Amino acid sequence: MTGVNIGILAVQGDVAENLTATRMAMDELGVEGVVTEVKNPDQISDLDGLIIPGGESTVIGTLSLVNGSLKKIKEKIASGIPVLGTCAGMILLSKKAKDRVVGDMEQPLLDYLDIKIERNTFGRQKDSFEADVALEKIGVPKFRGVFIRAPSVIDAGKDVEILSKFNEKIVAVKQGNIIGTSFHPELTADLSIHKYFVNLVQKKN
Amino acid sequence: MIPLSGDFGNAKGIVREKLGSFETHRGTSTLKRGFAHMLKNGVVMDVTTVEQAQIAEDAGAVAVMVLDKLPSDVRKAGGVARTASIRVIEEIMDSVTIPVMAKCRIGHVYEAKVLGETDVDMIDESEVLTPADEFHHIWKWDFTTPFVNGARNLGEALRRIEEGAAMIRTKGEPGTGNVAEAVIHIKNVNTELRRIKSIYDAGDEQDLVSIARELKVSYSLVEETASLGRLPVVNFAAGGISTPADAAYLMTLGCDGVFVGSGIFKSEDAKERAQAVVLATTFWEDP
Repeated sequence: MTGVNIGILAVQGDVAENLTATRMAMDELGVEGVVTEVKNPDQISDLDGLIIPGGESTVIGTLSLVNGSLKKIKEKIASGIPVLGTCAGMILLSKKAKDRVVGDMEQPLLDYLDIKIERNTFGRQKDSFEADVALEKIGVPKFRGVFIRAPSVIDAGKDVEILSKFNEKIVAVKQGNIIGTSFHPELTADLSIHKYFVNLVQKKN
Repeated sequence: MIPLSGDFGNAKGIVREKLGSFETHRGTSTLKRGFAHMLKNGVVMDVTTVEQAQIAEDAGAVAVMVLDKLPSDVRKAGGVARTASIRVIEEIMDSVTIPVMAKCRIGHVYEAKVLGETDVDMIDESEVLTPADEFHHIWKWDFTTPFVNGARNLGEALRRIEEGAAMIRTKGEPGTGNVAEAVIHIKNVNTELRRIKSIYDAGDEQDLVSIARELKVSYSLVEETASLGRLPVVNFAAGGISTPADAAYLMTLGCDGVFVGSGIFKSEDAKERAQAVVLATTFWEDP
């Protein structure tokens, strides 16, 4: 097979939106390859890049644990493939999560990003908002952030690069080839972040 | 891809405010429909107590729907069914991390306002409760909180979307444990969608206009739906789903997810049943 093989973890959540955004980003960049929905460990083992979409992190985590996908993703991360996690995806990539109201969580996580997450950090759905944020470090000075019951990073280790903040809250991070965002780039027409990710996958490949 | 923008860009439900150094918008179509997108491929479970809500969350439910009584009990009890106790809704919101939804009566603007103030994540304007207005549904663009509505055919679905619903559940008969009605209605909607898609593909605008008149919705919404060949919002199945096989079957018919009502907490083995329904919904392609 020629080109890159990017997978969207298709357990639960906004999988189709990420698939479309990634495909469009590849087309615009002229990057060859395929984007597919992946659900089981075999599909994941062939990937050059993985996106963990938005959804409910407890659901995606629990169900990926059931069929062994979670373990396989950990192996792939250790092997260095780029991963993008949006909202629930960032929660799954983290080492530790707590909920703003309920408190510390015992949910399955990938335990990679050296960050502590506060879930539902801005409040409930009525508090969900759109705002322009900046990710200067990856060359995206303005991006429409769609924050839906979004988490934030309340603690970041020394290897974690902070890409964006909303007031005092950290809303995008990068550690090695792993990127996490509180907001949903897949829900906007702006492909900048998906393009950045596709470039990362191609460079690594 | 399901479009995230809707009409009524200046809806009353949209709130503009400055948070620190950022200009923000709340209650936009993108945020309301986007919320529904995050539920896709998931199971929303009806619950009446904190304990049930926790079982649902542990089993992998994507959200819970709080009711006073389960639909099968509403069906038996008769009388007037209303919104659940706000105290119970608040207790549940404080004990689970997944979204919490609650039902209000059809057309009952004030029950909906109370739920909005309670801060539930989504309001279900539901026929399971006793309708408060026999003629009108709530004008949902006035709310910052997103709504889900039931529909039995394409016309109902599009009228609800035009009123501002951010999500549709194609419904069967609640509280019966019989999935047949849900299947009929989903197939109806699918057939109607295929019909308008083929008219759209043939470029017959005149026929689309007459369909818009027949369905009593705007031409632009019919055209958008026809071009997509699916509802322009997330569409779950609901009503009468009681087994994992029921849930998986409805997923094969093209639903984005399922609502499960009495099926779980009316069974002896709620925990196992809840988990099994979730697994069947996620891995429906691979029984």
